Amino acid sequence: MRLRKYLSQIRRYPSVIIGLFIIGLLIFTAIAAVIIIPYEEAIILWRGGDMWAESPRNARPLYVDWFTRGNLPRTEILDSRDFPANKTKESLNGVYQFEIMLPLNYQYDGFPKEMNLFFEADFAEVRPNIAIEVLTPDGRQYKTSDISITRDSVIRMEQRTELRRQMGNQSPRFGIFADPEQEERNILKGEYQFIISGYLFGTEDDIDLRLVSYGQVHGFGGTDHRRRDLGVALLWGTPVALMFGVLAAVGANITTFIISAIGVWYGGLVDSAIQRVTEVNMIIPTLPLLILIGMFYSRSLWVMLAVVIIKGVFGPAIKTYRAMFLQVKELPFIEAAEAYGTSNRRIIFFYMLPKIIPTLIPQFVTVIPTFVFLEASLAVLGLGDPVLPTWGKMLNDALSEGTLFMGHFYWVLQPAILLIFTGLGFAMTGFALDRILNPRLRRR
Amino acid sequence: MDHKLDDPDIQEQEIDIKEKVKRKSNLGRIIKYFGFRLLALFITVVIAIYILILIANMGGAVDNIRMGQIRESVGMTMMGMSSEMAEWPLERRREFEQTLVDQEIERLGLDQPFIIRSFYYLWDAITLDLGRAERMTSDAGSRRVQLIILERLPPTLMLMMSYFLLMFFMALFFALFLSRRYGSKLDRMVVLLAPSSAAPGWFYGIFLILIFAVVLGWLPYGGMVEAPPPRETHLYALSVIRHLILPVASLIMGAFFINVYNWRTFFLIYSSEDYVEMAKAKGLTDRSIERKYILRPTLPPIITSFALSMIVMWMGAVILEQIFNWPGLGRMLFEAIGLFDVPVIVGGNVIYAYLLAATVFVLDIIYAVLDPRVKVGIGSGGDD
Repeated sequence: MRLRKYLSQIRRYPSVIIGLFIIGLLIFTAIAAVIIIPYEEAIILWRGGDMWAESPRNARPLYVDWFTRGNLPRTEILDSRDFPANKTKESLNGVYQFEIMLPLNYQYDGFPKEMNLFFEADFAEVRPNIAIEVLTPDGRQYKTSDISITRDSVIRMEQRTELRRQMGNQSPRFGIFADPEQEERNILKGEYQFIISGYLFGTEDDIDLRLVSYGQVHGFGGTDHRRRDLGVALLWGTPVALMFGVLAAVGANITTFIISAIGVWYGGLVDSAIQRVTEVNMIIPTLPLLILIGMFYSRSLWVMLAVVIIKGVFGPAIKTYRAMFLQVKELPFIEAAEAYGTSNRRIIFFYMLPKIIPTLIPQFVTVIPTFVFLEASLAVLGLGDPVLPTWGKMLNDALSEGTLFMGHFYWVLQPAILLIFTGLGFAMTGFALDRILNPRLRRR
Repeated sequence: MDHKLDDPDIQEQEIDIKEKVKRKSNLGRIIKYFGFRLLALFITVVIAIYILILIANMGGAVDNIRMGQIRESVGMTMMGMSSEMAEWPLERRREFEQTLVDQEIERLGLDQPFIIRSFYYLWDAITLDLGRAERMTSDAGSRRVQLIILERLPPTLMLMMSYFLLMFFMALFFALFLSRRYGSKLDRMVVLLAPSSAAPGWFYGIFLILIFAVVLGWLPYGGMVEAPPPRETHLYALSVIRHLILPVASLIMGAFFINVYNWRTFFLIYSSEDYVEMAKAKGLTDRSIERKYILRPTLPPIITSFALSMIVMWMGAVILEQIFNWPGLGRMLFEAIGLFDVPVIVGGNVIYAYLLAATVFVLDIIYAVLDPRVKVGIGSGGDD
C-alpha cells in the first residue's frame, strides 16, 4: 500500500529513473565484465607484458574515428601463415633460400604509429639470415641489410638506420608511406609489398612472421604507455568500483545506524562512550591513515576496504542519526512498547530502527559514490590495489604520464566520465529518494 | 530579609549587583566553556595520536625511526672521537658503537616493553618531534620532519582558509537568496545540480586544468607561484592568487551545490516557523526578519553541517594538492609515499589530526558565539 504510493511518486521524479537506469547499466556492465574477463585473467592482462606486444602505445580509442569522420589507421596484422602461396623455399647446395611476400593494402589517412616484425624461426643449428624489402605502390624500393634471426626476434622498422638513410633521413614509417611527389607529408594509398627473403641452413628449418602496422586508434578504450588495452580497466573498473562503494556503504553506514540507535536507547555510559569514540575517530585523519596502512602493511583493496569500514562505523553520521533517534525515543509508541515489557533488543531493532529507515535508504545510496571516489583517490595517490585494474589506477597512470600536457585526453576522460557517471547515478537516485521518502521540511 | 525587600532603594541596588554578577559569571562561563572544550579536544587528540602510533608501530615502523636516530647520533659522537679510535680494529669499533647504542637505548627507555615505549613515542608525536626524514628535505634543506611539516603548513592553510571563507559566505548568501525564491527555475536547477557534489574537488580539478590551463591557457597548470618567483611583493601575491584560483574553484565545485541545497532546506524549515509568521504579522521588514528570525536560528545547524564537510574536505585537499602540484602537506604526503619516507608519513598523520582538531575547535567557537544557549549555559553546545 505505502510501497505503491512511493512507486507512483517515483514516476514523477525523472532523476530517479535516470539514476536507476545508470545504476542498472553499471550492474549489467559489472556482471558482463566478470563473465567476459574472469578475475585471474583480468589481473594477468593488467600486469602487462608480451601479450600486448602487438597493440600500439598510447593509441586513441576506436570511437575517435567515428567523430573525426576520418580514416585513422587501425592496427593491421599480417601473418605469413595466412599467405602460404606467397612463401617460396629453394634448395641451393644445402642452403635454402626463402622468400615471403606480405601484401599490405594501406588505405588509411594517417601514418601507422610504428611497424614491427615478429619472427618465429625454427632452426637446428645456424641462425637464419634475412633481409626485408619494401615495395611501394609507386615503385620505390627500400631494403634492409642482412639480419640474423633468433627463435623469436622482433625487428623494429623504426630502428633500422639503413632504411632511414635510404629515405632521406626520415623515420621509416613516413619514408615508406608518404607520397614523395607532394610537399606535405601525405599518405600514398595503395598496395605495399613487404618481401622478407633470406637463407635457412637446415632441411627442417622454417621461418614465419607477423608484420604489425600499429594503428593510431585501437580497442574501444585506447591503449596506454605500456600498450595495455584500456578497455580492460574500463570494463573491470566497474565491478571493482561498485563492490567497493556498496560494501563500504553497507559496512559503514548500516552499522553506524545500529550503533547510534543502541547508544540512544541505553543512554548514559553507553551513549557517552559511543560519543567519545566517535569524536576520537573524527580526529584521526582518514586519508593519511589509509596512506600509512598502505605504506606499512598492504595496498590490497580488501585491506583498504576493511579499514574504511572500521573507520566508518563510528563516523560523523552517528551524530545525525543520534539526533533523529532521540526524537524517536520520545514517541508514545516506544513508551507503550516499554510498558508492556518488550525486550531492549526488540525495541531497538523492531521499533526504533524501522522508524528512521526512510532516512537511511537515501543516505545509504548517496554515500556510495563517496567510497567509489575514495578508491580513486587512493589510486591517484599511488596506493591503488597492486594487481586489480581500476578506474582510479587508470587515472593515476594517466596523470603520472603527464597526459594532460601530452594531449592524450581520452586516457583521463574515460575513467573520469565513468566515475562521474557512477557518482551521478547514485547521487541522483539518493537525492530524489530522499525527497520522496522524507517530504521536504520534515527533514532536520 | 523581609524589611530589606520593602525598601525600594536597596532593592534597586540589589538588582544592580545581581546584573553585574550575572555579567561576570557569563564571561566566566564562556571562558570555562572554552577551557573545557579545549581540554576535551586535547584529550581527544592525544588519544587519536596514540591510536595512530599504535597502528604505525604494529609493523615496527616507529621503533625503526627511533633506532635510526640513535644510530645516527652515536655515529656522530664516534666521529668526534675518531683520532683515538682510528687505530682500533673494525670489530672493536663496531662493538664500542653497539655499547654506545645500547646505552642510549637504555637511557631513553627504549628497552622497556612496548606499552611504556609507546608513551615515549606519544610524547614525541604530540610535540611533532619525529626525528629526521629518511630522504625528504625541506626547501631550506633541513631533514627534520618538524621543519618539513612546518614549511608545508602555510600553503595548505592558505588554500583551505580561502576555500573556507569563500565557500561559507558564497553558499550562505546563495542559499538565503534561493530560500526567498523557493520553487523558481534557479532553485530547481540547484536541486538538480546537488548530486554533482558526489565527486570530490580534486576530480573537478582535472577538468578545470584541462579547460583553463590546457585548452584556454588562461591559468597555470599548478604550483603556487611562477618560476622564478617575482621579486616585488605585490607581484608575488598576484602570482599566488592566480595559482590559487583553480584549486579553490575545484574545491568549491566539489561541495557548493550540496551545501547550498542543504542550507536552503534549513532556511525553508526555519522560515516556516510560527514566530516568523508572527514577525511578519507585526510588520517587520523582510530584511530584519531574515536576519533576526531566520538566519540566527539556522546558523548553528549550518555550522555543524559545514564542520562535518570541512573534515571531509581536509582529506580531499590531500589529493587536490597533488593534482595541482600545490606545495602543501598533501603533496608532502604524496612525495613521502613515493620515497617511502616513514617518519614523514607518521608526521603527516599527526599534523592532520591536529588540523582536524583545530577545525573542530574553531567551529566550536563560532558555534558558541552564535548559539545563545552556550552563553546562558544551558546546552553544553557543539556536539550534544
